[in-house]
Amino acid sequence: MLRVEKLRKSFGGLVATNDVSLNFPPGSLSAVIGPNGAGKTTFFNLICGLIRPDAGRVILDNEDIVGLGRAAIVRRGVGRAFQVASIFPTLTVEEQVLAAVLSHREGYGRIDTRFPPADARARAEEVMSMMGLLPRAKTVAANLSHGDQKLLDIALALVLEPRVLLLDEPTAGMGPEERWQMIEKVQELWTREKMTLVFIEHDMDVVFKIAQSIRVLSYGAVLAEGTPDQIRRDPKVIEAYLGTAHGAEAAS
Amino acid sequence: MRRDTLRDLAVAVIAWAALMVFPSIYESKFAIDFVIRMAAFGIFAASLNLLVGVTGMVSFGHGMFFATGAYGFGLLMQKAAISIPLAMLLTVGASALVALVVGAICVRLKEIYFAFLTLAFQMLLHSLIVAWVPLTGGDQGLTGGLPRPVFLGIDLAKQSHLYGFSATLLVAMLLVLRHLAETPFGYTLRLIRDNPERAHFLGVKVFWMRLAAFVAAGSIASVGGIIMALFVSGAFPEFANWTMSGEAIFMIMLGGSTVFLGPIAGTAILLVLNDFVTRLTEHYGLTLGLIILLFTLGLRKGLLDFIADAIARRRERAGQGG
Repeated sequence: MLRVEKLRKSFGGLVATNDVSLNFPPGSLSAVIGPNGAGKTTFFNLICGLIRPDAGRVILDNEDIVGLGRAAIVRRGVGRAFQVASIFPTLTVEEQVLAAVLSHREGYGRIDTRFPPADARARAEEVMSMMGLLPRAKTVAANLSHGDQKLLDIALALVLEPRVLLLDEPTAGMGPEERWQMIEKVQELWTREKMTLVFIEHDMDVVFKIAQSIRVLSYGAVLAEGTPDQIRRDPKVIEAYLGTAHGAEAAS
Repeated sequence: MRRDTLRDLAVAVIAWAALMVFPSIYESKFAIDFVIRMAAFGIFAASLNLLVGVTGMVSFGHGMFFATGAYGFGLLMQKAAISIPLAMLLTVGASALVALVVGAICVRLKEIYFAFLTLAFQMLLHSLIVAWVPLTGGDQGLTGGLPRPVFLGIDLAKQSHLYGFSATLLVAMLLVLRHLAETPFGYTLRLIRDNPERAHFLGVKVFWMRLAAFVAAGSIASVGGIIMALFVSGAFPEFANWTMSGEAIFMIMLGGSTVFLGPIAGTAILLVLNDFVTRLTEHYGLTLGLIILLFTLGLRKGLLDFIADAIARRRERAGQGG
């Protein structure tokens, strides 16, 4: 489904992505972890066309999508949510989800009907209810809680019916309770929509709980990949990232 | 038809009817002239707000299209001997074309760069008008009056007909702008205003949407210029000066950018100030500046925005109380 080959990107002298080759099988749920500055977000940015790699390929269903615009990559089924919720602050939840539905249907430039066209409502409500946002439908996004803003961010990506969904730290900045609610949502989403889901996460409890497989990045390169159990026991990973706590836990 | 569309239409019809009977209730040459100017500047300011308020693009060159409207129409009437509706269509079409070219260059730019480049294009047009004396009359403006062939029984040489014509155009253009802002296109513009990056990630072709908004706003602004040309029987280089764009921005600031009729309220405020302050004092600029300061520091937003917020707050409080 999604595969990257020898992906490379440097900013000035800093190599943010260093010959990264990874494969994400269809329907898999994978985590990308690594210390700060390991190039995780850059990796996402390269896939979704926000920045262009210096070298390498991003293959989606046997097609190289490097160099296609952001909009074109979205249309091929790569959805993305952001570390800092990227939403439309002055619009209500409902308005922006509806607008996203229209965008997905290429009806966003229509001037022959008022907003929203009746046929967009069902899909918008479906997505809002999937993310638990229906009670907040009429709330202006800027007034949502932090957790709800993150849910809205994911909802906006979901509207586009992505086959690959990239979540950049879905639980960033959340308290413990919100965090587990979010994780449940993500897991539920993946089970229900059967998409290829890749998420970046710092909280190892979260990662080990839900990921089927883990990729570890360090200094822009792939340090390790494998199942949670393999990663837990990998001495390189323990040294570079996990530290002794998780290592000890794994050994016990 | 949908309820919100019907409601807007009903408001428009009532406003139009009120404007039509107004001269027979209150006979005043001054009031008639005021409404005609109100139509010209109101269309101008409201069209700019499609960019400023809805799309988040602050153009400092919107006067460009007021000028293409006035000069285009004036020149066609003086030189081409065609009917008024045809001259209007050609003028709006030409303004759209100018907007397409200028917009294609400008709308890629962000905020301040967009503002300055639109300003630069406007000053280019201003210089062109001043320099091309044989065609435009240069500094003196397009003088000698406009021929006004009667069409459909409308004789725009009569002030009463010009009044009805301008008021009708004002209502019609506001309806068009209102419709545009309330379509999926209008909401896509709001997405772009709030977060263009994210709009890209929804698959929106941001450049084309911005360009379409720029062309629509420019074309509609030219209708304001046409009314002005009819009102003053000519066209003057001041129409293309940067102060003209500045006034439209003042109108939006005074009246409010988030409420649809904000720019119209702002137009009324600025015109009233214009007429009364100049009568009372020589220090027009100073007085106007103080009043604008009062709005920006006192209300921190345009008048209608302020009122709308106050109503929303009151409702919220009532909701909590109940």
